[in-house]
This record gives sequence, C-alpha cells and structure tokens, in this order.
Amino acid sequence: MGLTKSSMGNVLLNDDIKYYKNENGFTVALAGNPNVGKSTIFNSLTGLHQHTGNWPGKTVSNATGHCNYKDKDFLLVDIPGTYSILSDSQEEEIARDYICFGNPDATIVVVDATCLERNLNLVFQIMEITDNIIVCVNLLDEAKKKHIKINLKLLSDLLGVPVVGTIARKKKSLNNLLDTIYKVCNKDIIPSPKKIHYLPIIENKIELLNSKLKEFFDLSPVLYRWISLKLLDNEQSIIKSIENNLNINISNNVSINDLRIEIEKDLSNIGITKSNFKDTITSSIMQKAEKICNKVCTFENANYSSRDRKIDKILTSKTFGIPIMILFLGIIFWITIVGANYPSQMLFSFFGFIQEQLISFANYINCPVWLSDMLILGVFRTLTWIISVMLPPMAIFFPLFTFLEDLGYLPRIAFNMDGFFKKCCCSGKQMITMCMGFGCNAAGVTGCRIISFPRERLMAILTNSFVPCNGRFPFLITIATIFIASSIQGFAGSIVSTIAVMFVILLGIFMTLVISKILSKTILKGLPSSFVLELPPYRKPQFGKILVRSIFDRTLFVLGRAICVAAPAGLVIWIFANVGINGESLLNIIANFLNPFANLMGLDGYILTAFIFGIPANEIVLPIILMCYLGNGSLVNLDDTFAIGNILIQNGWTILTAINVMIFTCLHFPCTTTLLTIKKETGKWKWTILSFVIPTICGIILCMFTTLVYNIFVTI
Amino acid sequence: MNTKIITLNKLPVNKTGFIYNIKCSENVKRRLLDLGIVKNTCIKAILKSPSGGLKAFEIRGSLIAIRDEDSSLIQIYTK
Ligand SMILES: Nc1nc2c(ncn2[C@@H]2O[C@H](COP(=O)(O)OP(=O)(O)O)[C@@H](O)[C@H]2O)c(=O)[nH]1
Repeated sequence: MGLTKSSMGNVLLNDDIKYYKNENGFTVALAGNPNVGKSTIFNSLTGLHQHTGNWPGKTVSNATGHCNYKDKDFLLVDIPGTYSILSDSQEEEIARDYICFGNPDATIVVVDATCLERNLNLVFQIMEITDNIIVCVNLLDEAKKKHIKINLKLLSDLLGVPVVGTIARKKKSLNNLLDTIYKVCNKDIIPSPKKIHYLPIIENKIELLNSKLKEFFDLSPVLYRWISLKLLDNEQSIIKSIENNLNINISNNVSINDLRIEIEKDLSNIGITKSNFKDTITSSIMQKAEKICNKVCTFENANYSSRDRKIDKILTSKTFGIPIMILFLGIIFWITIVGANYPSQMLFSFFGFIQEQLISFANYINCPVWLSDMLILGVFRTLTWIISVMLPPMAIFFPLFTFLEDLGYLPRIAFNMDGFFKKCCCSGKQMITMCMGFGCNAAGVTGCRIISFPRERLMAILTNSFVPCNGRFPFLITIATIFIASSIQGFAGSIVSTIAVMFVILLGIFMTLVISKILSKTILKGLPSSFVLELPPYRKPQFGKILVRSIFDRTLFVLGRAICVAAPAGLVIWIFANVGINGESLLNIIANFLNPFANLMGLDGYILTAFIFGIPANEIVLPIILMCYLGNGSLVNLDDTFAIGNILIQNGWTILTAINVMIFTCLHFPCTTTLLTIKKETGKWKWTILSFVIPTICGIILCMFTTLVYNIFVTI
Repeated sequence: MNTKIITLNKLPVNKTGFIYNIKCSENVKRRLLDLGIVKNTCIKAILKSPSGGLKAFEIRGSLIAIRDEDSSLIQIYTK
C-alpha cells in the first residue's frame, strides 16, 4: 500500500528528474534491481519515509532527499528499480536518462548478495553509461543465513569499482557506504570499471562506429561506446532520447547511417542478426557475471533456499493455496473487527463528553444557538464520528497488512490468482494493485504502473475501486456488526461480521474479474499477454518499524486527509440540513427527490445523498447519513456502534438496507482523490469518466437485483 | 549423454533443464534476457499456480513466475 506522504504528494514528473542537481554539494543516484533494499538505504541515509515493502515494483516514483556527511551535502536521487536499462519501458527510460544525462557525481548500484549473478547484469549495463559507479552489496545478513560468502575485495578488483557490503536494516553498516560515496565524489577514489568485452567482431565494429562518431560529435568519452552499441542494436527509441538529451542528430547523418547499414550486413553474414543481437550481448554479460560469481562467492550449503521452498509449496499448493489466502485475509479482518470495537466505544464516549462540555461552554458565553449548533453539531460531531469509527480499525489493519507485505506474501497472491486473471485477459499483478487498493484506491491506481502492458494497466486502473479502501471498510465493519452480527453475542458474532465483510470483498474481487472480462471483449479488446513476476524470498518483518511506519505514515496521514474533508463537509451538511425553502430543509428536498430511485435499490434518499456528498472522501458517508437522520439539531449522544444501530433502525433500516449499503459501499464511484489520480495516470478524461460510471452501474444493478429477490421472498 | 529438447512448460516440477532457444516475441524475450535468462542458463521448475496456467522457476538464485503461453515458446534441453 504505497501510501505515504511522499508517494501521494510530490511525485516527480519523468521530465524533471533529469534536472535534479545539487547546487551546493554532490548528487548521488541510487539504482538497482527491484526489491534489493534501495528504499531502505535511501530512507536510512536521508531520514525520509519512502515506501518499502517486500515485492518487486513498489518504487514507482522517484524521490530525492538530502544527507550530510563530514563537510558535504549529498542529494540522493532514488530512481526506479529495474532489472535492466536497455528496454523502452517507462521506468527504465527514467533510470537510464537520469544516470546518463543527469550527470550525478556518483551512481550507487545496489545489488542483492543472495543473487549476485543476475544483479551484475545491471551493474555491467550501467558501466556502459557511466564510470562513477559504487557497487553496494546489500542483504549480507540474508546471504549469511543462506551460507553464501562473498569476497568483496576480490569483487571490487574484478569490477574495477569500489564495492561496499551493507545490511540496510542496520544503520551502522551504512557508514562505510557514506565514506565511499564521499571519497568517490571528492575524487579520492576514481572508479575505473572493467567493462564487458563482447565478441571480438562486435568490439571491432564498436570501434569503427566510435571513430565515426568522434568525427562528427564532441561528447563525453563514455558516451561514444554507448551510442555505438545502441546503433548496432538499432534501438530507435533510445537513440531518439540520446538525440533529444544531447541536442544532436545521429539518425539523419548519412555517413554514420551508411556505416551502420554496412556493419549490419557484415554481422548478419556471420549470423548476428537484429533479432539475436541482444541475446549475444546479454550472453556475454551473463558469462562474465557467472565467472565473477564463481570466483567471489562460496556456497556452503547448496540447498540454501529450502526453507522458502517448503513454505511456498504450502502457500501455493493446489488445494490449500487459495483457501489459505482467504483465511489470511479473514484473520486480518477478524482481528480488526474484534480489536477495534472497544477503543471505538471509548472514543465515542470521550468525544460525547467533550461535546456536552462544549455545548455548556457555548451556552455560558452566550454564543448564538445557530452558531454553536453549526460548529458543534455540524463540524465537531462529524469530525469526532469519523475519528471514532475510523481510527481504531485503521490502526489495527494497517500494521497487519504491512506485515504480510513485508513478509513477501503479495507476489504469491498474484501468483496464486493469475490463472483467473488470465482467463479474464488481464494480469495477475492486478491482484497486487488491488491489495494496495485496500489501503487507498489512489495508491492502488498509481501502483498499476507495475503492470507493463497499457491495456492491462488500464483494466487494473478502471477496476481498482472495486476493492473497498480503508475509508470504506470501517463503514462495512460497522454495518456488519450492527445488522448481521447484533443478535449473536461475543466470539461467534465477530466471526459472522468477518464473514459478511469478507463476502463483500470477495464480491468485489469477483466483480473485478467479471468487468475485466467484459472490458477485454469490448473497449479494451485483446488477448492475455505475458506475465513475468519475481517472487522474492520471504523476509522477517521488522515489527517495530511496521508499527511506527503504519501508524505515522499511513494511519495518521489517511485520517488527516479524511479530517480535512470532514470539517468543511460537516459544515455544508449541517447547513443543508438546517437551511431550507418553505420549512423544508435542502437536504430533505434532495433526499426526497432521490427517494423513489433509491427505493428501487433498497436504499433511501438520505443514503444516496450521503454517498453523493461523500465523493470527496468515502469516510464521511456514515456521518452524513447519521447527520441526515438526526438532522434538525435533535441532540443524541452516541455511546457506541449499537447506538448508531438504533438510529438506523428507527429510520427504517432493515437487513436488506444493510446488505445493499454494504454492496453499494463496495461498488460505487471512487472518491475525488482517486479520480484525479486516474486522470493523471491515464491522461484521459474518457478513462476517468469510465472509472466513475462502471462501478456505479454495477452497484446500482446489483442492489436492484438483491432488492427484487428480497421482495419476492418476502411476498411468498 | 542423452539430451532431449522440450518446451519449458513441459518441464515437470523439481526437474532441471537448460535454456536452448527463446522464441517469444521481442518484448517478452527482452524481459527474460533482463532476468539473465540466456542460452545455457540452468532453470528448475519449482511451483505450479493453483489457478493454473503458470509456473515459477528458479533461475540464477531467484524465483520467477512465467505463464505457460510464454514458457511454451522457450525451448530447453535436459540431460
Ligand atoms: N534482512 C534484510 N532485509 C532487508 C535489507 N535491506 C532491505 N531489506 C528488506 O527488503 C525489503 C525490500 O526493501 P526495499 O527497500 O523496499 O526495496 P527496494 O525495492 O529496492 O526499494 C524490505 O522488506 C526491507 O525491509 C537487509 O540488508 N537485510
């Protein structure tokens, strides 16, 4: 759930990252494969709170931060984690362009000690575009656990660049890294990377192109070889970006083009064609990487990942895989429901007490009744209701979910579910974005960047709001507790509410699949495409960090946002409820207008009005409903959820209303933040509008259906 | 030595093979290359998805999930 200030707030645009340059010190780029601990290092050095988690692809935006060491200031630029910088995917382009054209004083390539061989691929690729490289071998503690020993000194000799070993979770181990950064930036150490030697014939052709390029352009030395390689590969998009960034024109240079075509012929004569050029290059890199690893790594235990494999066998087994997944989710919700109940009641009574004091105080200072009512019953009451209903479940749910995330379970969910998603012509990674949606749909929509195919990404974006975000599920929990579990006491009751909430969520997942399938047959036609996903090793979550991070970064942030919306909304609703034409309040007029339609859906006009007023933030739907019912200032003190229940029942709620409200909570238009994020991510109003319309129509139809079925049953 | 060429999706769980040829589309192939999947790379089938249609393979120390559509275009040889 990429839900921190940094991931929601100042997401840098792709273009401006290039210009990140520290005027008063040094600039350092952080590169690496996904999930190697880049963000952990970044946070630790800068003291910021970039989102970390154990699944590949979560660093979808760039972040910058400062750190001081000795007498110097360093600007750290966290670039997206990528396996390579050769492709034209968005992240790789950002990473490549920044390292190549942003001219950082040093580039740290973070590598995973437990899978060095593959990670060296990226190191060698980056060596082609810059010399100032520091290799940071992270996760040494995991390597040790797996009995892998790495000779860092030898690795440094073989690569020709400084190599530092770190354990990012232990801050102390980063001192060495800082020291090396300092020395490289200060030119105390000058890395001289030992680049890959490709096949002699390719090296020969690179030389030819190099000298030709030198005739025409005056560039920094490292770039000639890089451009030559890209010319050999005929990588149009990369060459375009080189041309744009350096303001030169290579493709229209006749002399270079002729040479390129001639070389192409030569190479294809000996069997190196356009289609296997990349294979040849990568093979050379991987061979070298294998050689180096054989020299520097010692594996003392050949079966080093056997524990992970055993766990995986169970968590992805044919019979238990999916039930376990549902069970995990169920347990999380159950703990949330049970745990949130008591603190919620306490908050209700506490705020109720404060409210009474405020009213007496207002009377005491002779405050006009309309003003005190507006501020206390409008603004204050809405605010405190939101806090009482939302804070406890969130404070429990977030840490639990972060725990699963840190453990590395999310990619397994994607793996387990991919078969279903494939049948619906979309990607299993969509499941990960849905999990992020539990935190916040806006974060889920941004997270859709991990899906590399535009069509599948769009499907994931359009359907993300089918999973209830944390602004909605406290509401679900409340309704379930009141209506579905109220007659059952204690333990069984909490189980029943969990099942009810789970049912709604599974319905959301099911609807996601159905709608995806429909989309893939209509406006987003296409066949299922490829799916390649790394399943990272399980990692022991850091309990302390999880608590702090989920409470401060997520819970308080989300709550803060809800409060910002709730205060003005409370005011507006109060005014709507108390100002009217001919003695009828505006709220009543709107609700009465909507009532016939709402009845068809098994709801009433007030509920629908509340959902509409709740567009800025779904959190405020329940407070608005209550405010509507209690509208004209009648003073009720709410002690707990059951008091809420009584109000609802007095206003005609039945089990059908409750079910339909739960369904509609899950399936309706996303909040404004999400809509704006969708606009930003897709760039088109068309998709934004669709993402508004699709879930709403689903919700309406489903509610009408349940109402119909219910009515038939009742009449029989 | 008795080598046999099969497609990757036919590799049974817990068995090992070596990459022989990747015939996937340009895009997918590139992604596989990025993960270090080149000719002669050792690859071992580890997990099968309960919902079917994809498997996870151990490649160079990491676990990578690949759909059958793609793995049926990858030829491997077994010893
Ligand atoms: N045991 C251990 N875990 C680490 C280390 N560095 C990072 N992690 C964990 O690895 C996971 C991925 O880290 P993150 O910084 O989010 O990776 P990124 O994708 O490279 O930014 C997180 O769960 C971290 O807590 C380390 O040195 N040792």
